Order: sequence, then C-alpha cells, then structure tokens
Amino acid sequence: MHGFANPARFLRLARWLTPILLVSGLLLAGGALAYGLLFAPADRLMGDTVRILYIHVPSAWLGMGGWTTIAIASFVELVWRHPLATIAARAAAVPGAVFTAICLATGSIWGRPTWGTWWVWDGRLTSMLVLLFLYFGYLALANAAQKDGVGGGSRVTAIFGLVGAINVPVINRSVVWWNSLHQPASITMGKSAIDPAFLWPLLIAMLGFSLLFGGVVLARMRAILANFQAESRLRRRAMASDAMAGVAL
Amino acid sequence: MTTALKPKHQRLVLVVLALVVLIGAALLAIWGLRGQASYFYVPSDLVASPPETGKAVRLGGMVQEGSIKTLPDGVTVTFDVGDGKVTVPVRYTGITPDLFVEGSGVVADGRLAADGVFVADTLLAKHDENYMPRELQDMTDAQAKAVVAETE
Repeated sequence: MHGFANPARFLRLARWLTPILLVSGLLLAGGALAYGLLFAPADRLMGDTVRILYIHVPSAWLGMGGWTTIAIASFVELVWRHPLATIAARAAAVPGAVFTAICLATGSIWGRPTWGTWWVWDGRLTSMLVLLFLYFGYLALANAAQKDGVGGGSRVTAIFGLVGAINVPVINRSVVWWNSLHQPASITMGKSAIDPAFLWPLLIAMLGFSLLFGGVVLARMRAILANFQAESRLRRRAMASDAMAGVAL
Repeated sequence: MTTALKPKHQRLVLVVLALVVLIGAALLAIWGLRGQASYFYVPSDLVASPPETGKAVRLGGMVQEGSIKTLPDGVTVTFDVGDGKVTVPVRYTGITPDLFVEGSGVVADGRLAADGVFVADTLLAKHDENYMPRELQDMTDAQAKAVVAETE
C-alpha cells in the first residue's frame, strides 16, 4: 500500500498502464456497443428501445463507481494523509459526473417510450439526480480548496466525499426499499433476468467502460501531478531569481 | 494506557467512529422515510386505508389477466389492478403506453370515485426486470434453451 503512495513509483506504473487501459477499454466498449446497437435482438415488449441499455447501465455503474472511488480515496486521505489519494479523488470526480449525466439522459430517453414519461420523482431517479448534484458540489469544493492551497480546504472536500457516499447504497437499494417506477435490479448475485442475448454484450460493455474510466482517471492523475511539478519548478525559479536580484543589489 | 496512539491511528479511529455515526443517522432517516418515499400505493394499501374520494393518489400494481376492456367510445379502457392479494377496478380515458398489456405493471395517477372505481388521469407502464428477445417469447423454456444452445 505504502509503495503506491510514492509519486515517482506511481508515475512509472501509470505511464504504461494508462494507454493499456484506454485502448483495451475503447476496443471492448466500442465492440460491445456496435454489436448491441446494430446486431443484438430487439426486446419482446420494448423493441429497439432496449438498445439504450448498453449505454445506460454501464454509465449508471460508473456514476456510482466514481463516487465510490472518491469515498475510498477520501478515507485514505483523511487517515493516512497520502497526497496521491487526494489527487485520485479529484481525478475521479469529472468522469463520474459525466457518466452520471449520461445515465440520467439515456434513462430519460428510454423512459419516454417505455413508461410514457420523461421523468418521475421516484426513489431511483431522484437519488441518481442527487448524485449528480453531489458531484457538482464536490467539484466546486475541490476547486475552491485548490485555490487556497492544500490543507484545511482539501480536508473539507474529503469529508464531503465521505459523507456523500451515503447516497450510493441508497441508489442501489432504492428500488427495493420503496415502490418505484424504475424496475428492480435485473442482474443480482449469480442470477440474471436478462436473456443471454442481451446479457453478454452488456457485461462486455460494462467491462470496457470500466477500463476506459480507469484509464481516464489515471491520465487525469498524471496531468494533475505534472501540473504540481511545473508549478513548484516555476516557484523555485522565481525564488532563485529573487535571490539573485537581492545579491546584485 | 501508557502508550499514546500514533496520530494516524487516532485519525483512523476518529474517521471510523464518524462513519458509524453517519451510517446510523442515514439508516434512521431512511427508516423515517419508509412508506413516505414510495412512488405509489399498491391495491392492498388502498383497500386497507381508502383515501378520501377525489383526493389525488397514485396506484401501482399488475394489470390482471383478461381484465382490459375497451368501452364503446373507443378511448376509455377499464381494467383491474392487483397486487396478488386484492384488486382495484380502474378506468382511464386516453392513449395507453406501448407496454400497457395484461400481466404487466402499471402506475396510474388519479382519484377514487364515489362508486369505488379508481379514475386515472395518466397511465405509466412499469417495465419489469425481465429482458427477452422477440423470437423467444412464444417458446416454452425447453424450446428456448434449445435455440440458445444452437446459436452458441
């Protein structure tokens, strides 16, 4: 665990892991989506509308996965004060928010022909919208914390990341606890109510999207680290030239 | 205790305690929301504690087999919504969603009329968790398995 907290070792690992994740994720997700959108059979009731499943379900999965990443990284940041954990949490926020937005948009498009409505305020839809707003709040807090440097602000962001995680199991269980318009989970431990013809491309799409998500988070972590390095180098140079000027005077 | 905890262990204990309190608070809130946060009432709720006549409520359940009837005006349908225990008769005027078929789920916004019929203003079809291709729907389980086995 502590081995990965070393930024230099992390960068060495991330340098070759990032392209592998991105390329394999693109190939798997692209292949599964192409198959799902063009060749998979239509559903007995929904017809071709079922195809939106191949985008909606992986997006929902990663919208929640993104916040789970933030929560775990925030926990590590609060307890062990690893700077890399702070960076990991920041890096997961934007992709998580994007996937949550895609999930809401595709769900709405699916809901119109299937249920007969774009939106209802049932437990699942509302808790997913709350997740999107939590992402917005997190991004705003992280931005503000960055401006006044690492320290108290960063810790507040981490606490927010941890507290917001309460919403993730609520999203997951919302269809069980309350009557909702959204159907309960189709895929539960070792059982699937989805026909294999739909299930396989869906599972491959989920794996591909997840790899892609991992690749994007790693790439963003590297970018944030590079930014830090460039900034501290500039600061050192500025200080050195100040000292030179002092000597000259 | 003579040996003081290391700072990081102090933080670990503190954060874990805070999380336990937080989860407790969340569970209490969810417990309080029980019944309040449900999107609709099932027929049993409606029969057990009938709302006032004319008060807007939302009813959800399964459309009973063989209960959908179209009235002579062509746009009004009547059907029974049940939850396995009791059924409630429903009347709706308008275009029904594609997924509105017998044996599937439905959510109706409306009110209880004086004659005990639930009059719906809007009708939403509820999709269940089953996804199945068109080609397999009329087959028995064994036939479907055979087809799947052939294509694999």
